[in-house]
Amino acid sequence: MAYNIEVHHLRKDFGPNTVLKCIDLAVSPGDVVCIIGASGSGKSTLLRCINQLEQHTDGTILFHGVDIKTPGFRIAEYRARVGMVFQQFNLFYNMTALENCVVGQMKVLSRSRAQSEEKAKLYLDKVGMLPFSNAKPRQLSGGQKQRVAIARALCMDPEVLLFDEPTSALDPEMVGDVLEVMQELAKSGLTMLVVTHEMAFAKDVAHRVVFMDEGVIAEDDTPEVIFNNPTQQRTKEFLRRILRPKEPSA
Amino acid sequence: MPTTFFGWVSFLIERYGSLYLKGTANTILVAITGTIIGFAIGLLVAVVRTIPLRDEFGIVKKVMIKIARALLVIYIEVFRGTPMIVQAMVIFYGAQQYLGLDMPVTTAAIFIISINTGAYMAEIIRGGIISVDIGQTEGAHSLGMTHWQTMSNVVLPQAIRNIMPSIGNEFVINIKDSSVLNVISVFELFFTAKSAAGTYYKYFEAFFIAAVIYLMLTFTTTRILRYVEKKMDGPENYTMLPCLHADISVLAKRKPSLYSHKGKGGGN
Ligand SMILES: Nc1ncnc2c1ncn2[C@@H]1O[C@H](COP(=O)(O)OP(=O)(O)OP(=O)(O)O)[C@@H](O)[C@H]1O
Ligand SMILES: [Mg+2]
Repeated sequence: MAYNIEVHHLRKDFGPNTVLKCIDLAVSPGDVVCIIGASGSGKSTLLRCINQLEQHTDGTILFHGVDIKTPGFRIAEYRARVGMVFQQFNLFYNMTALENCVVGQMKVLSRSRAQSEEKAKLYLDKVGMLPFSNAKPRQLSGGQKQRVAIARALCMDPEVLLFDEPTSALDPEMVGDVLEVMQELAKSGLTMLVVTHEMAFAKDVAHRVVFMDEGVIAEDDTPEVIFNNPTQQRTKEFLRRILRPKEPSA
Repeated sequence: MPTTFFGWVSFLIERYGSLYLKGTANTILVAITGTIIGFAIGLLVAVVRTIPLRDEFGIVKKVMIKIARALLVIYIEVFRGTPMIVQAMVIFYGAQQYLGLDMPVTTAAIFIISINTGAYMAEIIRGGIISVDIGQTEGAHSLGMTHWQTMSNVVLPQAIRNIMPSIGNEFVINIKDSSVLNVISVFELFFTAKSAAGTYYKYFEAFFIAAVIYLMLTFTTTRILRYVEKKMDGPENYTMLPCLHADISVLAKRKPSLYSHKGKGGGN
């Protein structure tokens, strides 16, 4: 089985604190993996290590079998192929929605402006944001910003997309829009690693659900097992805590 | 000979008007070029100082970055920690005596102002870079942009917009402080006033004229800079584009959402 991303014995320290302890994870092309877990369990840190916004302390991350810490490894090229969507969107404030989608293509992938704009418009349209091409981020709502951010990431033709709580900063009525876009992407065969608190999304869309607790992967299984028959006590407790508020309406 | 204050002022203007003009022109020249070159130096210094040290860099690259950082800190400390009037003397006469370099004074003036401004600009720009949300850098890195690409396309345009008032301030300071360069006989406005005053011992009148000119220069500059800031902010509104192929838009389908959220009144 060929993996595109493998994480072996990953450790990450922030000063004296070990935030990730011995993480092992492998992702195959087309996998949609949801990462769930309590606040502070290290989910964001794991994603950030994978695309090297944080440098890990120990262990290895392989991209198509190559250690990304090999001296001379082209980190910029790697990041272009492993995109990221942030909780806080991180759209470039000095650019319009269209320019946000164009700049990476031109600078990193050396595409022509015409080519880049064509692709940018295609993806802006896919996420329903084409009419807002000329708007600056400050003129958009949270949900609109996040959809532009997804379009921006897609424009790089990534083979893996990392999502770090893409809907957590959104007003409730915007959440559905963004999740629908993500579901379409999952269907299209994109490899996705999604940190989320949207359990319904994890249940319906993920092929695998990873439950993290205090810096380790406590359980890694299909959504059916995780949500119906978790083997670990702490997974059960976490899910009971997080799903309880919805019980009365069931 | 005039007898009143205004009489003397108009006499001096008549007599030395073209001299004042030339001095003013030189002051503007030295201040503008000095600020622009100083800005370029500051930009370079600030960008080099913010290069992150990454594990996969080779040892040579890491050592070079560290040496560069140390040298730049020394440069900033030295030029911010000594008065420009002293720097002018040291550089001008040092170059003459020990390097056999007899710089034309205007060149020397521009050199000194540039290198002095560069040290201040470096810190101003670094402050501007730090003030830009780290998420902007992370967004750029996540697309695969290098440090330079991130800086030039994303961070610096925002940083420079934020520090425009400080940059303008540096320019105004340069208009005024270029006057200290009269110690190496740069023919700027202060030097002009000194020459005009000397012949008739009319220091008050001659420097009054200089003061008015300085004030006019700085006042206009501040107005122009405010206008430039407004321009940089771009239009308040945007135009909506038509949706080209609305039918393939994910959202256009608008099927009842699977993920109706808590906020929508809970599932049924
Ligand atoms: N830059 C940092 N410096 C020091 N500690 C950090 C840093 N970033 C994260 N941490 C710590 O690492 C731990 C894990 O953080 P992380 O953001 O990965 O959690 P998370 O699972 O994403 O939580 P949440 O669901 O709240 O986003 C936390 O205890 C946090 O305080
Ligand atoms: Mg997080």
